[in-house]
Parts: sequence; C-alpha cells; structure tokens
Amino acid sequence: MRHEVRFSGFGGQGIILSAVILGRAAVMHDNKFAVQTQVYGPEARGGASMSALIIDDTPILYPKVADPGIYVIMSQEGFEKYGAHARTDAVMLVDSTLVYSRPDCRYIEIPATREAKETLGRDIVANIVMLGALVASTHIVSEAALEKAILDSVPKGTEALNLKAMKKGIELAAGSTQP
Amino acid sequence: MTRTEFWQGNTACAEGALAAGCRFFGGYPITPSTEIAEHMAVKLPKKNGVFIQMEDEIASIASVIGASWTGARAMTATSGPGFSLMMENIGFAAMTETPCVIVNIQRGGPSTGQPTLGAQGDMMQCRFGSHGDYAVIALCPASVQEMYELTARAFNLADKYRVPVFLMADEVVGHMREKIIIPDSVEQVPRKALVKGTLPFKPDSDLVPGFPQFGKGYGVHVTGLTHDERGYPCATNPKLHETLVMRLVDKIESARHEIADYDIINPGAEQVFIAYGAPVRTVQQVMHDHPGDNIGFLRLRTVWPFPEYAPGEFKNARRFLVPEMNLGQIAREIERHVRVPVISLPKLGGELHTPSELLAALEAYR
Amino acid sequence: MSYEEWYRQDRLPHIYCAGCGNGTIINCTLAALEQMAWKKEDTVFVSGIGCSSRAPGYIVTDSLHTTHGRAIAFATGVKLANPDLHVVVITGDGDLAAIGGNHFIHACRRNIDLTVVCMNNQIYGMTGGQGSPTTPLGCLSTTTPYGCVETPFDLCDLAIAAGANYVSRWTSYHVKELEKAVLAGLQTPGFSFIEALVQCPTAFGRRNKFKQVADQVEYLRSHSMLKAKRDRLLEQGEHIPGDMFVVGELERRNRPALGVKR
Repeated sequence: MRHEVRFSGFGGQGIILSAVILGRAAVMHDNKFAVQTQVYGPEARGGASMSALIIDDTPILYPKVADPGIYVIMSQEGFEKYGAHARTDAVMLVDSTLVYSRPDCRYIEIPATREAKETLGRDIVANIVMLGALVASTHIVSEAALEKAILDSVPKGTEALNLKAMKKGIELAAGSTQP
Repeated sequence: MTRTEFWQGNTACAEGALAAGCRFFGGYPITPSTEIAEHMAVKLPKKNGVFIQMEDEIASIASVIGASWTGARAMTATSGPGFSLMMENIGFAAMTETPCVIVNIQRGGPSTGQPTLGAQGDMMQCRFGSHGDYAVIALCPASVQEMYELTARAFNLADKYRVPVFLMADEVVGHMREKIIIPDSVEQVPRKALVKGTLPFKPDSDLVPGFPQFGKGYGVHVTGLTHDERGYPCATNPKLHETLVMRLVDKIESARHEIADYDIINPGAEQVFIAYGAPVRTVQQVMHDHPGDNIGFLRLRTVWPFPEYAPGEFKNARRFLVPEMNLGQIAREIERHVRVPVISLPKLGGELHTPSELLAALEAYR
Repeated sequence: MSYEEWYRQDRLPHIYCAGCGNGTIINCTLAALEQMAWKKEDTVFVSGIGCSSRAPGYIVTDSLHTTHGRAIAFATGVKLANPDLHVVVITGDGDLAAIGGNHFIHACRRNIDLTVVCMNNQIYGMTGGQGSPTTPLGCLSTTTPYGCVETPFDLCDLAIAAGANYVSRWTSYHVKELEKAVLAGLQTPGFSFIEALVQCPTAFGRRNKFKQVADQVEYLRSHSMLKAKRDRLLEQGEHIPGDMFVVGELERRNRPALGVKR
C-alpha cells in the first residue's frame, strides 16, 4: 500500500530531517520501501520548507508526491503554501503552537513546539514530537522502527532528549481531540 | 554480505565512485551536485585519496585530468554552468585519451536557470559540447541504486576506452533518497598499461593505446595538439589528423554493443516509450498501473554512444514516445534510427512528467 | 651528465625564432634540474599554450601540454595525486597572467609544491604579437597599435601578495643568476615562481625599436636593478626611474605548503 506524506514548516525546524528519519525507519527497520524528496529554495533558514515521503511495501516507481494523504504541518506559511488544499480524506497533524489555520480534512492538533520548549526544554526537538505523534496516529511505520531511526539520525549526546520527544508526541497523539 | 541503506542519489554516486577505487576528486560547489563533493571531502582523506576544491570548474576538470595521468581514478561533479565551463578541457581529455569521470546532476538551463530543479537539457552538450569531432560515453541513472552502480561502471569504461565518461544524472535522481542495496564489492577493470617499447599513442586492435602512466619511466609527451603515435605534435598533417580523430570516434562507436546498457520490455508492443534518467520512473509507473503487453518500453542506461539498433527490436512499433526533461534532444537522435514517427514529449520547468501526462499522450496518439 | 641529456633529441630542431630568448630559459631550467639529481622518471613538466608552453615537448620527461592558461590547474592534479613527482610548470605572460590569472593566484594561495617558470616576453608571440597583461605602457603590438594604455601586471608582486613561498625575477641576460634562482625554486617546498624576462625579436622587438636581438637583451640588462640597490635607493628616498624593473630574489619564506612529498 502506497502512503504519501508531506512535511512543511520553516527552514531550520528539521522538516527535511523528519522525512529522512521516517524514510529510514521504513527502509532500514521495517523492511519497506521509501522515497524522500524535497523542495529546495535559496534560503538556508526561514522560508517555507517542504519535504515529502512515499512509503510502500513494494518498490516505488513514480517518486514524486502530488496529492498526499498525510500531512505534518509546522508553520502557518507552510500550511498556506503546502497544506491549505489538502484533499478532504487526508489527515493532517498540525503544530498547534505555530499554525492557527485548520484544513477541511481531518486534523490532529499537537502543541509540539510549546511542549518541546516547556516540557523538554528545547524547541529544536518539536519535529521529533511531531514524528512521534504521526506514527502513533497513523502507524505508517512501527514505533520500534521510528525509535531506531531517530537514534541513527540525531547528534551524539541528544539521544535521550530525542527519545523523550518521540514519547511525548505519542502521548500527545493519544490524548488529542480529533474532530 | 550486502547491506541496505536509505541514501540520497548524490551520496550513492560518491560511494559508488569510492567503491570503484576513485582516489581523486577535484570540484567546485554547485547546486544540485554539491553533496557529491561534500561526501568525497569527508571520505577520500580516510582512504588515502585526495579531495581538492578548485577555484572554478575549469580548474576542477584540469586537476582531474592531471591526476588521471598519475594513474589515479579521478572524477569531478558539477551541474549546468560548471559543465559549460568544463567543455574545453573535456575536449582535451578526449584528444589526449585521458580516462576521467564527469558527473553532471542536470538542472534547468540555459544560464543560471533553475539551480534546484531537475532537467535533462545537457544531453547533447555532453556529446558535442567541446569543439571538434570526438566521441564520449554517457550513462543515465534513474534510481539511487543506479547512481551507485553506473558511477562505478563509468570508471571501468573510462579506463577501458581511455575516454571521458559522463554520468548524466538529474536533480530528481541526485536529490531523492531511497532504498539502496550496497554490494560487497564492485568489479574494477584495471587500465591497460602501455607495453614498454611501444609507441605511446599506437593503438592496439581495440583501437585503444596502452596507458603510459606518469612516473613510470615512459617519458611520454601528452598534448592537445594533433599528434602522431609518438605523441609528438603534427598539427599541419591532414592525413594524421584525420586518422587520429577517426580513431578517437571509432574506438567508442565500434564498441557500441559492448557499452550499450538498456532493457527491452514488451517487444511486441505498438506504442513504445523510450526514456532515460528520471522520466524512466514515470514510464515504469504507467506500465505498472496498466499491465499487459500493449505498451513497450526501451529503457536506456547508456545514451552515448546511442544504441541505435535497440529501437529496431520493437518489430511492431507504430510510434515511439519519448518523454524527456528537455525539448526533445534524444528524440531527435532516435528519429535518425527508426522509420516510424517519434513523438517527443518534452517537459520543461523542473518537474518530472506525471503518470497522467504520459497516459494522456498514449491516448492522444493511439 | 649534462643538462643536454634532458633534451628530447628526436624532437629537435625546435619551433622558436632565431634570437628568441626561450631556449636560454629552458637551458637554465634544465641546468638547475641537473643539480637536483632528480630522476627523469620522477619529474614532470606541465605547460599551457603559447611559445613558452612548447618547451616541455623538447624535454625527455613525462610532460603534459595542456589548454591555454590552465597548466597550473593540471599540474595541481598531478602533484596532489602523486606528491612523489617533481612538477615544473613552464608558462608565459599571456598564459599565466591573462587567461590563467585565477589559477596562478590560487596556486600561490595554496602554496602548492610546484615550480613555475614564466618566460615573460611581454607579448603574445605565437599568435603574432598582440598585447599581453605585461606589455609595458606605450609599447606597440598588433592590438595596441597606438601604444599600450593599460598598466601592466608585476607578476612577482602578484605572486608575493598571493602567498608564494619563493619568488625571483631575472632576465635572459642573467643566465647564471637565473639558473641559481630556478635551483632555489626547485629546492623550496611550496609554490616557487621564477619570472624570466625574455627578448622576442619577432613579435616585440621589431615593433619597439630593438633593431637587433642584442639591443633588447642590452635593454633588459641596463634596465634591471638589483633588489639590494632598489631597497637602498628606496631607503634613501632616491628616485627610481619608471622604466627600471627589479631583479633578484624577491621572496623566500616558509608558509604552510600543499602537496609536499610525504
């Protein structure tokens, strides 16, 4: 089954890393196939950043994501540029700290940036909170695979913090209201 | 034991080069190829190799050619503007029969164009971009796996035929990350050494002379001027020039079958796609979504020398459909070799053809 | 052994004009090489395009006659890929300072272990006498028919400013000094630059009032000023005529270098 996920936020939030971690989880630890792509602009920081991931049980042929079924949106500009036109049967995880609009599709509010800053002490791990929430609410990869992929990908010395962030995301997804 | 990775195409290209024994990289940063240089900067020093960031792309390819004469497997990687700057020295490499690998992660042109988006607009430039007549080899990967495998093969071809070999990739394949299976080892075909006492540019029966590596006592003179079999300039001798240039072309063109690498799918089909690079993926999707044997596909990994006999394997072909991220550069080449209509399906702007676009083309011409 | 053994006998005679100074510079370079006791198979000559750049074709070692202006970039690849090789670049003023200027300054900056000998004839000789970046103000060439109006480069100042470890200037008159300078350059790790002003009777001399070859050589002699004298005059606040140029060892230092034999 082909799943298409789109991540968007502002440059510096780890939008691309999120897609890479999820892809690694699928390929390296769940024995699936994945293709990750991204949109590059000239800005290294700021701006609307976008990354996409396809996960499938069989080899992926066409590598681009046009109309994803799953969204992870972490900034208002990212929502407007890459999330506002989500199809109605999609599901969107929004970082409710930074995104005030809501889509027409089903959405899950995750206060990732606030929790990362206030509970975990580092807003830099907000993207990992979102990943935890994504996996808990969609089961697109296994939680075990995500955990391993996070450990593969994050800087040395930050493993514990990132795992806490993932767990926080899982917890927030479980307790979130899903209209 | 093979191993699985989730790699970017550019990483796979660099790793394929390292596995093939590449020990020299001279380059200059340019989007969307820079990750290759960055990866080589990390890895080459640990393998007793050399990475150098040169002052421009002219110097980059020059340093690669210089390194190759010491016997090193050497490469550079670039994109459109840098590729244009390399053209004169690419002709020098062809004329002096210097093995080297040039990776072009194609982006939208002309000029600065679309640095971060894919294109295939340099396919003719890689074949004909330097002045004068010569021949080269160009390979086109369509997956991260092939970024690894075709880069490794490029080194073997460069050494075997003593010619610049191009990995003509594109931003789509260079920047995507996907699953790749890394083999235990990669076949390395060594460069054939010149037999001492033989004239340095006297070809063997395969039209390729043995390689007189610098530092081994050959005392070879290498020049971009028209030269005789001793390597000495003879730039005003018409016959000698003709013989040399004909051999430079013939050594590649006569090995067309050996260099060719393509797949034939559904050879009985009437409608046949021909593609290379990223658009291969769209054709594969269309064929997957519409199983049966009524859509044919000639899927090229070698574009130069063009396997001109391959389209003929589709005996029932009524037309060839050629999706390219350019205005039909290879479609025009295919037209020279077939008797049925060739429909160019160009796409500019940086985005890959979608499956529905190719389906619409199939319908329109059915 | 003599430096003549470094010549590729079956390539002679050469293409240089009667009275050309390039042969003198090649002799001085090979005489210096001879003193290094390097093996021929460990030595590589690299050049670009122009009269000067034909020199490696007359030398028995491995040699790479490359594209216009790019010799130093090719040589960088040779040297870095095999630091055991001794790499000498022979170039000219147009090759080095016009089309190849960027490679020149970056090689100085990297201080890569090359010895670069520049035959500066202040003109494009091979293409028939066009102005170069070192054509003096007022001099005639086919592209400066009313006299050169551009201020020329001082190649040695350029090399020093850009970071070369060793820099000397001599002329085709100063054969002993030039040989010693090339020797010092070969011995010095890092980037060594030796500029040799040479007469070009065909393309420069006959357009610029040097009726005989010897007239231009005499001009080079009489208008060169030893560095020590130049420094003394500067110290004393004395005037130095504008048509004089300084010769001698202009820089010798030990900046970190690249590509030095392991």
